[in-house]
Amino acid sequence: MIKLQSQKNIITFDKNIVLILKVTTTPFLSKVLRNNKALILDYVTDHDIEGFGIVFSKKKEDSNINGVQYLDEDLHYLVDGDVIRVIPHRNSVRAIYRIESSANFLFVTERCNSYCLMCSQPPRKVNDSHLIEELIEAVPLIDKGAKELGITGGEPTLLGERFFTLVRVIKSNLPNTSLHILSNGRNFSDPKLALQLAKINHPDLMLGIPLYSDVSHIHDFVVQADGAFDETIRGILNLKRHLQKVEIRVVIHKQTYERLPQLAEFIGRNLQFIDHVALMGLEITGFTRANLDELWIDPIDYSDQLSEATRILSRYGVRVSIYNLQRCLIPRSQWKYAVKSISDWKNKYYEECNGCAEKNNCGGFFASSDIKRSKMINAIYEE
Amino acid sequence: MALSKKFFPLEYYSQPINEGYQLLPIRFHRMKKGDYLITNMVGEHKIVNQEFLTRLVEGSVSIEDSEYNDLKAKHILMDRDSNVAIDLLSLKYRTKQYSISQFTALHIFVVSLRCDYTCKYCQVSRRMEGDNSFDMSENTALLALDLVFKSPSKAIKIEFQGGEPLLNFPVIKFIVEEALKINKTEERNLQFVITSNLTYLNEEVLEFCERHHIYISTSLDGPEALHNKNRPRPDKDGYQKTVDGIRIIQDYLGRDRVSALMTTTSESLEIPREIIDEYVRLDLHAVFLRPLSPYGFALKTKQMQKYNIDNWLQFYKEGLEYILDLNKSGYFLIEQYTLIILKKILTPSNPGYVDLQSPSGAGITAIVYNYDGDVYASDEARMLKEMGDDKFRLGSVHNNTYEEILLSDQLLDALEDSLTESVPMCTDCGLQTYCGSDPVYHYATQGDVVGKKPLSFFCKKNTSIIEHVFKLLEDPENKNILEGWIK
Repeated sequence: MIKLQSQKNIITFDKNIVLILKVTTTPFLSKVLRNNKALILDYVTDHDIEGFGIVFSKKKEDSNINGVQYLDEDLHYLVDGDVIRVIPHRNSVRAIYRIESSANFLFVTERCNSYCLMCSQPPRKVNDSHLIEELIEAVPLIDKGAKELGITGGEPTLLGERFFTLVRVIKSNLPNTSLHILSNGRNFSDPKLALQLAKINHPDLMLGIPLYSDVSHIHDFVVQADGAFDETIRGILNLKRHLQKVEIRVVIHKQTYERLPQLAEFIGRNLQFIDHVALMGLEITGFTRANLDELWIDPIDYSDQLSEATRILSRYGVRVSIYNLQRCLIPRSQWKYAVKSISDWKNKYYEECNGCAEKNNCGGFFASSDIKRSKMINAIYEE
Repeated sequence: MALSKKFFPLEYYSQPINEGYQLLPIRFHRMKKGDYLITNMVGEHKIVNQEFLTRLVEGSVSIEDSEYNDLKAKHILMDRDSNVAIDLLSLKYRTKQYSISQFTALHIFVVSLRCDYTCKYCQVSRRMEGDNSFDMSENTALLALDLVFKSPSKAIKIEFQGGEPLLNFPVIKFIVEEALKINKTEERNLQFVITSNLTYLNEEVLEFCERHHIYISTSLDGPEALHNKNRPRPDKDGYQKTVDGIRIIQDYLGRDRVSALMTTTSESLEIPREIIDEYVRLDLHAVFLRPLSPYGFALKTKQMQKYNIDNWLQFYKEGLEYILDLNKSGYFLIEQYTLIILKKILTPSNPGYVDLQSPSGAGITAIVYNYDGDVYASDEARMLKEMGDDKFRLGSVHNNTYEEILLSDQLLDALEDSLTESVPMCTDCGLQTYCGSDPVYHYATQGDVVGKKPLSFFCKKNTSIIEHVFKLLEDPENKNILEGWIK
């Protein structure tokens, strides 16, 4: 597991600014290319370091050299092409985009209009509108060859116009990059918003929208927002009306597993035109920790409902995947749906995984599984 | 342990439900065992007992009932907590009725009335082989093609029928090539099917079918003795010619390019298994168990009087049971009519089967161009005309425009009378959403396009089959197989 952010850097210039920079490790870069680059050196010799947006050394002593900052060890993994945000007066460096990761998400706001029982990113009522401005600035620095990029929050659509600006900037700068937006879909119950997104005409955009039940009261309970079910459904319908790609995301836990087959049936009957359904294991982080007793169920105990749900969705011709669930915890018949979905920067394996023949096909665990995990984890051996 | 105190419990979000619910448009049907099938207007359903149904209608069902959430999710009832059900129901209703907006997709060309067979149940009229005054001319074909492409349907299927259509193969070739020419600018999803007894299948036909990806449909009534009895050829070799033809098509064009269907005569009733075995031996994976139709030679030769609906249903059920057994043993085999019903029960879409629609698909799902250019609402309508009744003759490609034909009173009146939503008995029937209407059939048998449903073979057949399918779906193993038929 790697850390995306550190405040243990030593940055000596104390200007109250935010820098969005692309990482380079080449000190010989032409001067004209230097101004939006962060030069990261293993150590400083007599390089000409004029003109870079910032210069970091991985050697702490080097921070005594004029114009050279120290980069915390946790961030030494940064490579050419990564994009970082530097806040000098806080000694803060954050990786916004990592060229070697297949799961880059732009985190646009902490605010949200839902308050899900198992939120992995608990919302806060803060004015963080600077975040999206930084990201709009960062997008042109992102590698043009990026396969995939995500937008997450909080609820991105709460940013209104700026959200649409971000999507447009991504489209114009990264036309060949798939864009995945995680939204609760509620704001798209306003047809104007769905139309506005469609008008950007992004060539490869998918919205990931959570739906936790086939009945309104249970969904509203899970997301702790009265009326959310109707808004989400209308949002999905509006988006599909404008031919936007929509994925339904279902986190499986104690409040949602029982009606999982009925939810699958509901999707097949009402939303058969949906592009993908992701059935997801629970990540033990954020609010989930506070509500653990009301949420935790061993995945082994819902394998019947899971199998039934994938069977029903497949029958309706709806594409379905299983995320975040380990091979030893789901029936063999479900392996074909299971995706290695846990981001590389937060997955891990346990002792029980040693010698498992399926380790390479398995997503492993969230680091947060230390708190609670299935009793049935065991290595799978070739038959 | 409860939720962290920042959160509200489920009961908080369920409060509006205690204010009661309203029923959405539903119908119900008493099943054999006394339970009730509740259906909504888009085919979603729930089976409950009588006591529960009564409480549901009275408004005294509550969230304490284990069925509550199912009824809410299936849009049988709606409560104060949510009203998106209306949006979803209307969306689903549009989906179910979508095919009507697409209009006529199936265009049947009767390219010749000539035939080398003398089938005793032939529902169309046949002429002697040599007499080509009953062949469709190129001129008639061109005028008919004009009408075909007037249909707004994105998918167009042209089916060649007869008589035996291959007796006028030059016109089939002509129509296919002309249709493809027109389609260069029309860009429809264009498909061709030849319905043939396969006697005149030869290298030229196969090569042509290969080049244009034409499907072939034929008749196979069962074992040799039965097939030859039902479908006599002067040389008594109909069975052999059909079986050989099927094998040749499978090898030459592909396994999926030929299908067969059977017609039930009184001789078939005792041997459903033997009939189905014929299909398995030929590595066919679909059977269509069909009763006789009350037209043409089937009436003239009094075939219709030799069995009643109960005999046929018994045959159908036995056949279907055997088909399920074969599936359980690993041989994939579907029964076409059951599949149509299954799609209506288990999917949001409408399979678009002419006889199971409301309004009827006659003319608007399928239309028939006779050899002489006369246009009919269905194959059966054409037969009625041959019997001297031109009730469903819509016009002629020679004298009438597309608008005149499809807006003719003959068609519109019949369609208006075929809306099960308003037809006596159908209007209240809990199976309505899975059924349809057949105005031509009811006119032929009862002299009235609506018909009296208690006397109707059509009603009895569909009611019994739908009930039977629901019964089969109660068994998990059968359910799994039947669901597997829907692709």
